[in-house]
Order: sequence, then structure tokens, then C-alpha cells
Amino acid sequence: MTDAIASQRSSDSRFWSRARRDPRYLIAFLITLVLVAAQFRYHMVGGYQRLVVALLTCTMVEALLSWFVRGRVVNLQSAYISGISLTLLIKPQGGALWPFALGGFLAIASKYVLQYRNNHLWNPTNFAISTLLLAAPNRVSVLSHQWGNDLPTNLVIWTFGVLIAARVRVLHITLAYVISFLVVNGLRSVAVGQPLLPEIAPVTGPMYQLFVFFMITDPRTIVRQRRWQIAVAVIIALVEALIRFASDHAWPLPVAFNVAPAFLALALVGPAAKWIDLRRSGQVRVTS
Amino acid sequence: MISPPGIRRAIIAVPFFAGIGLAVRLDRGPDPATSDAARPGFVLRDETAAAGIHFVHRRPTFDRRIANIEPHVAALGAAVSVTDFDADGWPDLYFTNSRFGEPNALYRNRGDGTFEEVAARIGLADLNRPGEGVSMGSVWGDFDNDGYEDVLVYRYGYLALLRNLRGRRLEDVTVAAGLRRWVNSNGAIWFDYDRDGLLDLYVTAYFREEVDLWNLATTRIMHNSFEFATNGGKNLLFRNLGGGKFEDVTDRMGVGSTRWTLAAGSADFNEDGWPDIYLANDYGPEELYLNDRGRRFVLTTAGLESESKSGMSVTVGDAFNRGRLDVFVTNISERGYLFQNNNLRLNQLREQSRFTNIADATVADAGWAWGAQFGDLNNDGSNELFVANGFISADEDKSYWYAMSKIGGANRNLFEDAGSWPAFGNASLSGYQPSRVYLNAGLGGWVDVAAAVGVHDRYDGRAVAFVDLSNRGVVDVVVANQNQPAVLYRNYPDTANHWIAFALTGTRSNRSAIGAEVVVESADLTQRRVVDGGMGFAGQNDRRLHFGLGDRERVDRVVVYWPSGRRQVLRNPVVDQFHAVIEPRR
Repeated sequence: MTDAIASQRSSDSRFWSRARRDPRYLIAFLITLVLVAAQFRYHMVGGYQRLVVALLTCTMVEALLSWFVRGRVVNLQSAYISGISLTLLIKPQGGALWPFALGGFLAIASKYVLQYRNNHLWNPTNFAISTLLLAAPNRVSVLSHQWGNDLPTNLVIWTFGVLIAARVRVLHITLAYVISFLVVNGLRSVAVGQPLLPEIAPVTGPMYQLFVFFMITDPRTIVRQRRWQIAVAVIIALVEALIRFASDHAWPLPVAFNVAPAFLALALVGPAAKWIDLRRSGQVRVTS
Repeated sequence: MISPPGIRRAIIAVPFFAGIGLAVRLDRGPDPATSDAARPGFVLRDETAAAGIHFVHRRPTFDRRIANIEPHVAALGAAVSVTDFDADGWPDLYFTNSRFGEPNALYRNRGDGTFEEVAARIGLADLNRPGEGVSMGSVWGDFDNDGYEDVLVYRYGYLALLRNLRGRRLEDVTVAAGLRRWVNSNGAIWFDYDRDGLLDLYVTAYFREEVDLWNLATTRIMHNSFEFATNGGKNLLFRNLGGGKFEDVTDRMGVGSTRWTLAAGSADFNEDGWPDIYLANDYGPEELYLNDRGRRFVLTTAGLESESKSGMSVTVGDAFNRGRLDVFVTNISERGYLFQNNNLRLNQLREQSRFTNIADATVADAGWAWGAQFGDLNNDGSNELFVANGFISADEDKSYWYAMSKIGGANRNLFEDAGSWPAFGNASLSGYQPSRVYLNAGLGGWVDVAAAVGVHDRYDGRAVAFVDLSNRGVVDVVVANQNQPAVLYRNYPDTANHWIAFALTGTRSNRSAIGAEVVVESADLTQRRVVDGGMGFAGQNDRRLHFGLGDRERVDRVVVYWPSGRRQVLRNPVVDQFHAVIEPRR
């Protein structure tokens, strides 16, 4: 074995070791992969200024607030993930950049404001997107089909997503949600008298890829025990199906519920589950 | 007791909740520029009935296998083109219909503000027949240079070329011309790509050519992507050989896009003297084909590939009086669901080899937008924009958008199959939208003055055509609405402004002068216009070129760039009148 190879293996080993300790490394890698694939295959970012504004806002706000609250600047990987997620997910009216700046601020600031026992409750990106969709539906929409919808690209994302989710030990959450989605929406299609395929179609789309690999599995906002993690994923799928059922019957919900029912379901269920989990544990954990 | 970190978090909470409040405030949008809206300088009056125009478009019905989404598939076909078919100096209007047995309508301008419908009399009514297809629009051009404009009717079905017999009758010469092709087309343009003085024809295709919407072999007829679809029909380029014959040169010239093209426009965008092709593609990025001296077309990126949308209309005009031809392309915006945003593409090909999208939020969001046209509605020297919009107006309390959001993000195998789509029922989809009339405020952006100028209709607008119907030096507006009545808006601008207009006749160029570009220079004003052979969506404007001048009482110079390559200069033409300009033979 040459020194170079040995050095490389040592470096690889350090990466995986670090990644195992802090899953954000792998998640940051995956979200970067998604961004690069989406942009180079489909030019879907819609202007690099959006990426710059979202990334700068998230990282600078994270640095500033962590220093202000804790007296030190924390690891910025979480902010990096939020910045890229917002770039991919926010689709504004015209060329507006403010949703990326404001969304970035709300995402990061929510971690410092909306806490229970020193833990933030909402996935930052989920909170920002849900808030913008509810507060500014006339100016902001969310990624729905601005993606190629073709199998090869989706397979790359799903393959890496599954591998990394397994490595980070959250694959059971992804699978629990996806299986629950298929089952409850299959039942919903029977209940509302619609063909099955359109009702389960959304889960094959890009918004759901980001949802199942980045939001619902966020290590900082999921509950602790594996069985409860699965239970929460199932509940999120059920609540989403209820939202969709309401949309099926044209109940007068804010349009955000029609557009992004999965995001709203997570925004409702996730923090409640986390709060109960923290209350039961009685533990205080410092987040970054 | 609040810990120091707790106090700090409380401090952060202030801007945090203020940020949420800011989002709510920004949602209301900027305060409208009320000063411009209050004084747009013109009024548009619906005088459709008074003019004797009673055309109502009827949408097609298709194979029952796609009944679940028939409202969607059958949502096109209302079109209007301006022509002077009898060469009497008064512009006439031709509307297409889209249901078997329903006639197209040709309204002959009597010159007294009223029209008579003469389509049946001259052979232009009965074009919607089983086995032949239904009309989706028309483009007029004098392909045989005999002084009378001929017409191509494009259909979901066979193309139909009709030759004008001295304004008395039009005869079908499709077969003899070599144009009997089943295309499923939503658009076509006349232009002279090889500058031989004969009008050539570019036909856009939507559904694939093997699809017969009344006898489907499969329901897998839809697009294979919502944003990057490439499985549409193949666009076709026909070269005019003279003698009434056309030759398919699509492959040789490299312009056979299969991106579900809805509209095409042509002009010399890169100012090299050769007409280029600009395409608005549904479910895909726009495309610019630059003409390589008539030998072939080169597909360029030009900054168009970065935003993939649902292009509906190609509108060419000098948006900011730079003496350059910019492009406005309409798209879909539905608040809360989707912002694909209209594109206002500033032509920077000369400096940067690209177009730059500068659409602000106002002009970017015109709802589900279709046809649009640039024109100086108040004669102040700047172009306004009229945008028709609205997709399907049915039950106002039911929206298909939620269903659309389910199928829209799905894998291609699902939505390529019409059978997978949720049933439409009687739902609306971006229906009942008010047309937009954007006032050009220069650096101040664009202001929607539709309500202020009297445009209140909420029809499902498709094609828009600008035309001076009464030869008054005023741009009137005609809108063809889907499955609804057509509307004629007669324009009443403030009379203080001056204008000038040109009626061009080609000699070495095609006689319709399609493709000719005119630049007017008057003091600080420079503005360019092009004689169009089809523009917007399923529309075609008056071939005469109208320029508003504001308070400028003289024109210094007019430069005419003829399609033949000849450049002609007119010095100090008189304002407030039409000028007949004939291309010098030498």
C-alpha cells in the first residue's frame, strides 16, 4: 500500500467517522448533489442570485445569532442545508429576491426563538416555507413541478437519498412515511372516488424528494426513539391525507394547504411530537 | 428568572415576529402608481356589437377516451388575424372556430365603423369538418405576390392554404402547394428566411402528428415533462419554391423542434439582415433559432434555457425605445400555486449574445396569460402591452388547481397518459381573469391600467390583434376569446399626441413586406417595429406600422430595412398621416 493510498483511506475514514458523528455532513453532501443535478440538468434554480441571497442570509444569520446567544459561532452546515433547500423550494412572483432573504432569516431565527428546553421544534426550512406560504401566498409559491420528472434523475436522488438516510439511520422514517402515504392516499382515492394513480402521484415528484430526505428526517427535530419516529411519520402522513381530503371537498382552507399539504402536516405534527418527546424525557440538550 | 440567553432570545423574537409581519405586508404588494393609472391617456370602449361583430368561438369535442381532461385539451382555437383581403385600404378581421360544423368568420370592414361577415361568400367559412380537423388560427401573407393576401389556416388536422383570387374568392390550393400535412398546430408564421422575395412558412406543432384527437389509438398523448417536454409534434419549415409550390426543408434547416411549441415570432433579432425564429414552448424553455444567411438555422442558448416554463405567446416589440426588438413571452401564474412568470426579454444579442429577462412583478404576473401585443395605445411614443388571459372558466366555485398540483409533480409515466389525470368535471382552471393593459412607465416599470381604461371583461382570452380599424392613427384592440364572444375595443386616446404610420409594399421583397423593419427617429425618440407574419398567440396584427410620437411634431428620419436586404431612408415625413412606402426596385 502506498503512502498516498494509505493517506486517502485515512482521509475517507475520517470523513465517514465524522459523518457518523454528525449526520449533517452527509445531508449537506446530498442536498448539494440535488442542487447540482437540478441546476445542470434542468436550470431549475432560476438565477444564481437566489442561491447567493439564501445562502448568505442563512449562514450570516446563523453566525450572528449563535454568537449573540451563545457567545460563539456554531457549525454553519445546518444553515448551509437550509439555504440550499430554500433556493430549491421557493418559487417567487417575478424576480423577487426578498422571499429568499426573509425565508432564510425566518428559518434560522426560528431555531433560536421557537424553542422548548433548549431544543428547536420546527425543521427550519419547513417553518420558513410554511410561514411564507401562509403569510404571502400572493407572492410566493413552492416547488411543485419545476423539475424534469424523468426517471434517471429521480433515481440518482433516490439512490443517494436512501443510502445516506440508511447511513444516518433515519431510513425507517422515510420508508414509514412513504408507505403510509401510499396506503392512506390509496384509501382516500377510494373514499373520494378518484383513480388511484393521480392520488399517489405526488410522492414521485421533486417536492416530496426534498421532504422525505431532508425535512421529515431532520435529526435535530425528530423524536428520540425509533418506534416513535415511525409513529410520528405515520401520523404526518395521516394528517396530510386529512388535509388532502379537505382539499378534495373544497373546504375553505388557506391555499397553502392545497399547495403543500405535506409541509403543513409536518409543521403541525412535528413540533407537537418533539414537544411531547422533550417533556417526557425531561432532558435539556443544547442545539447548534 | 430569565437567563441571559433567554433575554437574548426574547430580543431575537422581536425581529423574528416583525419578519412574519413583513411577509404579510409584502403579500399585499407595492402601492399602485395611482398617478399613471389615473391618466393613462386613452380609453378602450367595447364596441363589438356596434361594429356588427357577433362572432362566438366554439371549442372542439374529442375522442371520449380523453373526456376526463377534454376541457384542458380543447382549450385552444380562438384566434384572430388582421388582413385587408380585398385590398380596399380598410383592415378586415378573420376569426377561427374550432368545432365541427361551426363556421370561421371573415368580417369585411365597410370603412364606416361597421363590418359585414363574408366568410361563406368567399370560401373561408367551412373549414371545420370531420376528417379535416378544426381551425386553431390563421396567418395572412401574399405568398404569390399578386397583390392580394392569401391565408394559411392551421388546424388540429390538415393545414389549409387558400389562395386569394383578387379579393373575390379564396380557393383551396393546399394539395397543389404540397402542404397537405396533418400537424395539430397552434401557430404559424409567414417570413422570408432565404430573402428570395417569396414568403416561406413556419408551422408550429403541438400534439404529435400521428395523434388524431377524434380517433385516438392511445391516451399517452400528453407531454413527458411539465417543464422540459420534448415529445410534442415536430415544427415544420416550408420553403416557397414559387409557382404555388412549397418544399419541406425542416430537417435541412434544423428547425424541427418537438417542444410543444405554442407560438412563433420572427424578426432580425441579431441585426445581421436575416430573419430569425423565436419559439414559445409549452412545458419547456423558449428557443431562438438564428438564421445563418438562409443556409440553415442555429439553435442558440441566448439566456433562454435558464427558465423553463409554459410559453404561450411570442410578442416582438421595442419595449424601451432602444431601436431594438425585444420579446415578451407569456406564461402561467396562479397565486399560491405557481409563478412561472411572464418574461420580458431585453434584446442584448449585440453586446452580450443573450436576452435578459427584466420582467418586474407587475408585468410578470398576468394570471394564466395567452396572447399579448405591444403597441402605442396612447400615442405617447412608448409601447403599451395588452395581455389576454384566463384558461378555463367553468364553475367559479370549483378549481382544478389542486388536482393539477397532484399530477403536475408526478413522474412522466403518469402524466404523459391522459388517462392518469384527475377528471376535470366542471371545474375552472385560472378562469374569470381580467385582461391586463400595461402602461409603459419607462424606468418606473409597468402599471396595469386595464380597469382605468375600461377593460373589464373576464373572458378566457386567447389571441390579441392590434389594428387601426378606422385609419385614424389609433391602435384598436381585438381579442378572440375561447368558447366565448370576440371583443373589439375601439381606442380613444388623448388627441394632443402625434403619430405616423407606414404601409409598406415590397417589390424585390415579398409584396406583404412581412419581415420589414422600420426605425423612426424623432428628436429623442428612436423606435423600431417589424411587419409581422403572425405574432402573439394565434394572432396577426395590422401589417401597417403605427408609431406614436407624443408631442413631437416632426420626424427626423425613417429607416426601412426591407427583407431583401435593401435599406431605405425617408427624411422628414409628415406626421399624423399614413405613408405608403414602396420598396425601391434598385
